[in-house]
Parts: sequence; C-alpha cells; structure tokens
Amino acid sequence: MPDTLLTVDHLKKTYESSTGVVEAIGDIGFTMRRGELVCIVGPSGCGKTTLLKCIAGLLKPTAGSVVLDGKEVTGPPPNMALVFQEYGRSLYPWLTVRGNVELPLKHKKLSKARRTRLVEDALEAVGLSHAGGSYPWQLSGGMQQRVAIARAVAYQPEVLIMDEPFAAVDAQTRADLEDLVRRLHLDRGMSILFVTHDIDESVYLGERVIVLSKSPTWVQEDLHIDLDPQRDQITTRALPRFTELRTHVYEQIQRAKRGEATRPVG
Amino acid sequence: MTLYTSTVRRPPQRPNLWARMGSSILYAIGVPVLLLVIWGVWGTIAPAKFFPSPLTIAEAFVDTWIGPAFVTDVLPSLARLAAAIVLAVVIGIAAGTLIGLTRWLRELLEPLLEFFRAIPPPVLIPVFVALLGVTDQMKVIVIVFGSLWPVLLNTVEGVRSTDSVMTETARSFALTPTERLFSLVLPAASPRIMAGVRQTLSVALIMMVISEMFYSSSGLGFQVAYFQRNYLIAQMWSGIVLLGLIGVLLAVVFTIVERRVLRWYHGIKEVERA
Amino acid sequence: MTTASAIGAPARARRRGRGASAARKAGLGALGIVLFLAGWQLLAITRVLPPSSLPSATDTLATLGGMLQDLEFWRNVGRTMTAWAIGLAIATVLGVVLGGFVGLIPVLRRATHTTVEFLRPIPSVALIPLAILAFGIQLQAALVIIVFASFWQVFVQVLYGVADIDTVARDTARSYGLSGAERLRWLVLPTALPYLMTGLRLAASVALILAITAEMTIGNPGLGRVIFQAYNIGNITTVYAIVIVTGLLGLVVNLVFRFIERRALAWHQSVRGEEAL
Repeated sequence: MPDTLLTVDHLKKTYESSTGVVEAIGDIGFTMRRGELVCIVGPSGCGKTTLLKCIAGLLKPTAGSVVLDGKEVTGPPPNMALVFQEYGRSLYPWLTVRGNVELPLKHKKLSKARRTRLVEDALEAVGLSHAGGSYPWQLSGGMQQRVAIARAVAYQPEVLIMDEPFAAVDAQTRADLEDLVRRLHLDRGMSILFVTHDIDESVYLGERVIVLSKSPTWVQEDLHIDLDPQRDQITTRALPRFTELRTHVYEQIQRAKRGEATRPVG
Repeated sequence: MTLYTSTVRRPPQRPNLWARMGSSILYAIGVPVLLLVIWGVWGTIAPAKFFPSPLTIAEAFVDTWIGPAFVTDVLPSLARLAAAIVLAVVIGIAAGTLIGLTRWLRELLEPLLEFFRAIPPPVLIPVFVALLGVTDQMKVIVIVFGSLWPVLLNTVEGVRSTDSVMTETARSFALTPTERLFSLVLPAASPRIMAGVRQTLSVALIMMVISEMFYSSSGLGFQVAYFQRNYLIAQMWSGIVLLGLIGVLLAVVFTIVERRVLRWYHGIKEVERA
Repeated sequence: MTTASAIGAPARARRRGRGASAARKAGLGALGIVLFLAGWQLLAITRVLPPSSLPSATDTLATLGGMLQDLEFWRNVGRTMTAWAIGLAIATVLGVVLGGFVGLIPVLRRATHTTVEFLRPIPSVALIPLAILAFGIQLQAALVIIVFASFWQVFVQVLYGVADIDTVARDTARSYGLSGAERLRWLVLPTALPYLMTGLRLAASVALILAITAEMTIGNPGLGRVIFQAYNIGNITTVYAIVIVTGLLGLVVNLVFRFIERRALAWHQSVRGEEAL
C-alpha cells in the first residue's frame, strides 16, 4: 500500500467577476501521508474553506488536481468524510444521534448488524454511548460536534477532513475536542486534515503545519512539528519548544498578512 | 416560637390526582356545557323561529342521520372527500417536489400557480360542472383542483430552501440525488408541507359542501340545502352539526398525524423557547 | 490585485448575476402564461370540448375586456369589495378584542380551549342555509359567513401573539413597576402586532373567498352573483371571465396585505421565524 494518501498538485481556483478574474487560490501543492495529522492555517480570507471544498470534491478546481489514494477527485469521493464548523446545521434534526451517525452508512450496502456495530463503536469513541437516542438539538454545542465527528468516524474514511470544527465552541469544550482528535489519530491511525485559524491549536494537534499565504493563496511554509506524539493540554503547551513553534507560525502568518513572503519560483 | 432561626420550607400543596383530573375535565367541558344550557334556556323563554333548542336538534340528529341516510348520503360524501384529499395531497407533494427542484420549471410555472391559488376555489365549481357534467368523478376532481394549491405551493417553497450546509453534508458523504431527496430534502421540507396540508384539508371541506349544496342532487350537503328549502329547521341544524363534526374530525386526525411526523420540529421549538 | 477589490469583486459579480436572473425569471414566467393561454386556445379551437363548456381564450379575454368598460361590472366589484371590507373589519375587531381578552387571562384560555378547537374547524359555508333562513338574500347573511370564517384567523394569531411575550422582557417590565396599561402599550402590543398582521393577511384572503362564495350561493349582489346568473343562462364566457377577475382580485389582496405584513414585521425585527401557518 503506497504511503502517500493525498496529493494536491498545483491547485488553482478562480472566480469570474465583472472586473475580471479573482484568484482565490493561486497555486497550492502538498502531499499527505497515510496516518498523518496535518493542520492548515492561514490569514483570514486566504481561501482555506475553498481549498477544503476543492479537496472534498464539492468544488471543481480551475487548474491542478487532487489525487486521493491514487484516484483523481472529481466529485465527493467515497472514502473521505467531512466535519463542518456549523454542527447545528450539519446534523439532521429529524434524526436521533444514532440516526445521524448511521445515515452515511446506509448507502454503503452493509448489513444491519455491521452498521449497528460501527455506530456504537463510533459513539463510544467520542464518549456519547449514552446519548444515542437523543436528538441533536437536545445536546450542547460540544456534544453536537462530537456527534458530527462520530458520524465521520463511523463512515470509516481513508481521510478525515475538518473545517475549523471547533471555532464555534467554547474554550473548555474545545480543549476536550482537541484531545479527542489526537486520540482518534493515535489510537486508530486516522489520517486527518485539519483546517483552523487558531495557531495554538494547529501546533498542539498537528504533526505538520501548512501555513498558507494570503490571496492568491499558495503554500508559504510546510512546517514539521517535532513535539512528542503523546501530548496533553497542560504540559505540552508549557514546553519551550511549543512556544518556539507557535511563535514561528505566528510570525509566518503575520508575514502572510502583510504580503511580505515571496512565492518561490518554479 | 421555634428554636430554629431558619424558615422551614414546606413544599406547596399539590392537589391530588382526582382533583387535577376533575379540574381538567371541568375546563374542557365547562364552557361548552354552559353555552348549551344558555341556548336551551333562551329557547324556552324566547323561542326563535330558526334556532331550535339543543335537545330538539339532538333528536333530529339521531332521527335523520343514524339510519339508512348514513349509507345513502353521508358515506358517499365522505368517500368522495377522502379520495379527493388523498389525491390532492399526493399530487401536490409530487408535483411540488418536481417543480421545486427544477429551477426553469419553477420559474416558468410560478406566476400561473400563484394565480390559480388566488382564485376563490368555489368559483371553479360552475367551471368544472360546465366542463365535465355532474358526475361522481367531477365532484372529486373539482375538490382536488380547488384544494391542491396550498400543499403544492408549500411543497415548492419547502423543497427549495434546504439548508446549504445540510446539502453539503449529504454530498460530502456521496449520497445520490435520490437518497438526498428522501433522507434530506423531504424531511427538511416537512414542516412547510404539513402547513400546506392543513390548508388543503379545510379548502377541500369547503369545496365538498358548496358543490353538494348547490350543484348536486345527492350527498350530505344536498340534504342540508334540501332541509333548508323545505323549512325542516331541526333537521337542517342537525346537518350543520354533522358537517361541523366532520370538520372537527379532519382537524383532529390532522393534528395527530402532524404531531407524530413533526415531533422533532416541535421539540426544537420547545428547546428554543426555554 | 489588492485584497479590497478581491473581496468586492465576487459581490459585484453576484449583484450583476442577480439582475440577469431576475430578468430570466420574469421572462420564463411570462412565457408560462403565454404557453397556458396558447394551450387553452388550442383545446378550444380543436373542439376537444364544446364551446358551451370551454370557450376559447380569445373569446374569454374579449368578454373580459368588454366587462372592464362596463360600469355595472365595476359596481359589482365595488359591492364585493364592500362586503369583504365590512366583514374583514368586523372580524378583525372581534378577533383583536376577544383574542386579547382571552389571551391575557390564563383561566379564560384554558376554559375556552375546547370550545375554540371545536368551533374553529366548522366550515362557515355549512352555515349558509341557516344564514339564508335567518336573513334572506341580503348583505347581512353574507356577512355572517364572512365574519365567522375570518374571525378565527385573527383570533388565533392574536392568541399566539399575546402568549409569545418574552419572559425576560415581562419580568423586566414588572421589576420596573410598569402599570398594567403601560405594560399593554409597551410590551403586549408590540409583541402581538406582527402576529396580528399575519392574521390580517390570512383573514383578508379568507374574507374575499367567502364574500364571493356567499354571493354565488346566497345571492346578494356582487361578482359571485354575476357568476351564478351567467352560469344559469349558459353564458359560459362570462363565467370564465369573472373567474379570472376573482383570481386577479385575490392576487391583489394577497400582495397588498403581504406588503403591509412585511412592513410591520420589518420594524419588529425577527421576533418570529418564517413559519406563517
């Protein structure tokens, strides 16, 4: 099994406008190995969500390609799962928690028994085994986001893509959810692509942090995070290396915002 | 004088189960019974020609409708009404879904549909009688044509306005368009659709009454008009009561179905209100 | 390209797109109407049904044109709209007064709940025979039918509106010692007003339908009676023409009241969601 899971190659996305062409994404390229946790950060408006949508097959790129597990992505691929920021609008209110987690599995042609097992397993992984019969709107924001994560986990995707999933959640809950993501990555070897605007979060979570420039976006830096894989909120964040790394990322973003970084030629 | 300086809180006295049940029942039937009594008493004091006492009406009700008349007049009317409602709802939802999801079709038909909805349904009756003659099919068709607009237009609206994040979620999990239609679009539109069904039900009843009273020679509505023309006041009233009961029955059935189908929707509303 | 224009450009693109799509929508809509008329004309010309059942579109529109120049037609429109207006006014006043009264007194609400839920679904057209007996072929008979149906629309909405008072706002009012009258003016009325506007719109539609239905069945003067008389003498073109007129009237009434409702809701911010059942 080849080690490279996802290849983004010279991705470009432009929009038509009355004054000409808007380049949302200029030239983005990176690879992601199987079992990696990669974080993407960038200044506001740099097209992070557009990039994710192109990778997820929800938008067609203007140029360049996205290759997932050897196959080019032309529409939403069946081995990818998405977790959105707006959990309130992403979960279906007429289904219970269990119903929501089970929904994407229904068209995978699995037996009922297998489906139930996957659902229960996913709910246990996110700590919501007791809430299976409740409706999403009966749960708190953090719990709803866990349901969305469980839904993605049960789907057993090759890669899990998360689009600023914890932006709309309070700080304490966010810490718990970050640790949940780390656990899923370590215990299950899930490949995760995580987009965030929170610099600390990107360094805490990622094995790699990709810093995007501002529009027209390209990859400004691809940083390797050499922290110990076993991380926790208190000790890891107090490490001097953590502070070094986050400061570095912060400076990169500031440079990106000011448009100071130059795009490497070729 | 107690030794304790803190106040002892005794839980408020909850009336026992019987008292609560009794009070519920009293609230439920109190006013109606009171109104009937007032009506009855008024009737004996100052009898009005066209307002017989409740007891007279009750007698006439039993005499008139509990018997062969039920089978010859009431049942066919109800059957036609039921058939028309089912057709109107099915056609309304099916056509509404198709139109709502096909942009060019929707834009093509929208002004026409709004116009047809604005026509007061009863004026269509003479039109349909002229087109199709007075047959059983016509009676059903005219009810369908008059009453399907609310559910159709509400379905169009509901199906159009599916939340974009929900749609992206479904697409990201590679659900096919058909799967999306039944797992997402229709459930999301169901509150709007049910609101349309409620209006459709009441219009259907109106159409049945008018078409039978004035454009037919059989049926429940025809009987009521017949009683009125022949000054059979008590029987006329009993017919009106029966029509009222049918209206109430439709409303009750609808509420039961709606509460079941939209349980989640009411749940959200309650949570928001808290 | 600077960031500013990069942000502005998609918005401008959207706005220009909006203008083009509005034109497309109007065009398709007009096409739909034309296609319908053409189809109608075709059916009539090919005599799928005889002209005594289905007059041609051109004949109907010609009749309609003639009616628009006839003074008696406009007098009938006036009669219908007068009945509608009076019925709507009575229904609104009754609805507001009773709805407000019952809504603000919890005991009354509970006590009248079953009565309301029983009386409300009664089709007011079932009362037509009674109205004819009691009042004859007059406006009063029609008004009974119109008011009975429209009243419920206003009453129920006012009931909802009065019940929807935000508890925090109410507690604030109480803690500031506002009197009953002041609370009514500053708390109850503004909360209930959007609901009243919705009720008014629904009642206006219902009142028009029943005004015309009453004229058709009871026989008091107005557009409905014109339909009835034309139908009886076999003047089918007039029937079709008046049907079109009633549809247009219904559209106008609906649009006017939707506009009023939107204005009232605009400065009462999104207190309620879109669901106007």
